[in-house]
Amino acid sequence: MKFAVIQFGGSNCDRDAEYVLSEICGVDTDLVWFKSRLDPSYDAVIIPGGFSYGDYLRAGAIAARTPVMADIVRHAEKGKLVLGICNGAQILDESGLIPGMFTINAYPKFICRPVHLRVETTDSPFTSLYRKGEVVGIPIAHKEGRYVAPEQICRDLERDDRITFRFCTPDGEVTPESNPNGSAGNITGILSGKRNVMAMMPHPERASEEILGSKDGEKIFLSMIRHIERNEAK
Amino acid sequence: MHYQAKITIALKEGMLDPEARAIQHALANLGYKTDTLTSAKLFFIGFEAKDVQEAEAMAAKMCERLLANPVIHQYTIEVSG
Repeated sequence: MKFAVIQFGGSNCDRDAEYVLSEICGVDTDLVWFKSRLDPSYDAVIIPGGFSYGDYLRAGAIAARTPVMADIVRHAEKGKLVLGICNGAQILDESGLIPGMFTINAYPKFICRPVHLRVETTDSPFTSLYRKGEVVGIPIAHKEGRYVAPEQICRDLERDDRITFRFCTPDGEVTPESNPNGSAGNITGILSGKRNVMAMMPHPERASEEILGSKDGEKIFLSMIRHIERNEAK
Repeated sequence: MHYQAKITIALKEGMLDPEARAIQHALANLGYKTDTLTSAKLFFIGFEAKDVQEAEAMAAKMCERLLANPVIHQYTIEVSG
């Protein structure tokens, strides 16, 4: 089993993601520079957080149109896993793998703090180790993280059980006060139609060790590993 | 023929524009009361095309494929020869 963490110029959570996967989760992980393209042998791709291309034009817009992203779209079409975190989530929406977009926060400033998320579905390769409705603590760090989509898209996401995380209170209530950036329906984690691609604004790689205050994010990576192991066993 | 396209990318009507709101606040702090303020991105792009129709079509493709995000943006194109 092999994971790839993609590095664009301006990525800055690449090493954190690589560290968590290789050192905490014990899985073979490579850092892949975007100009090297993507070897088809990888089982899963992580697009990490950061400021690819300096957030020029729109966050993620330019990275989404690079050749390595065409490789990642093909990788996703084969049913393999792709996780986009923060800037990675913006790149996924700009590349069309995820509907809607993450745009500038309702109050236009950079927010960096721990938040509570409610796990909305466990029926995905990324969330299968959680309990449905469980409240987890994973930090956010973004200025362009407000999820926006036409109402019909939000209804479709809901109907198809494709929302993975919503901002919530410590008790798991989804309220306007617990929504730090004004996201539609407090949504901050979404699956693709085939459920093998997930975009999320919070940073699970910053919440995968007790020393960092929360280990809640680790289950996303462990869920992915278990999914790949089960597929290999088939 | 060489053409120049002036492309304006703006938010669709009704979209929340937090930056515009912050700028409006800053203007208010300077003593200017404003009732509307919208912001937009402006691009001037020079390129070769067969005729004005082709130039307009190319500029539209540039908007659809990169410059605008259809979830939140609308665009206008003015082409001059």
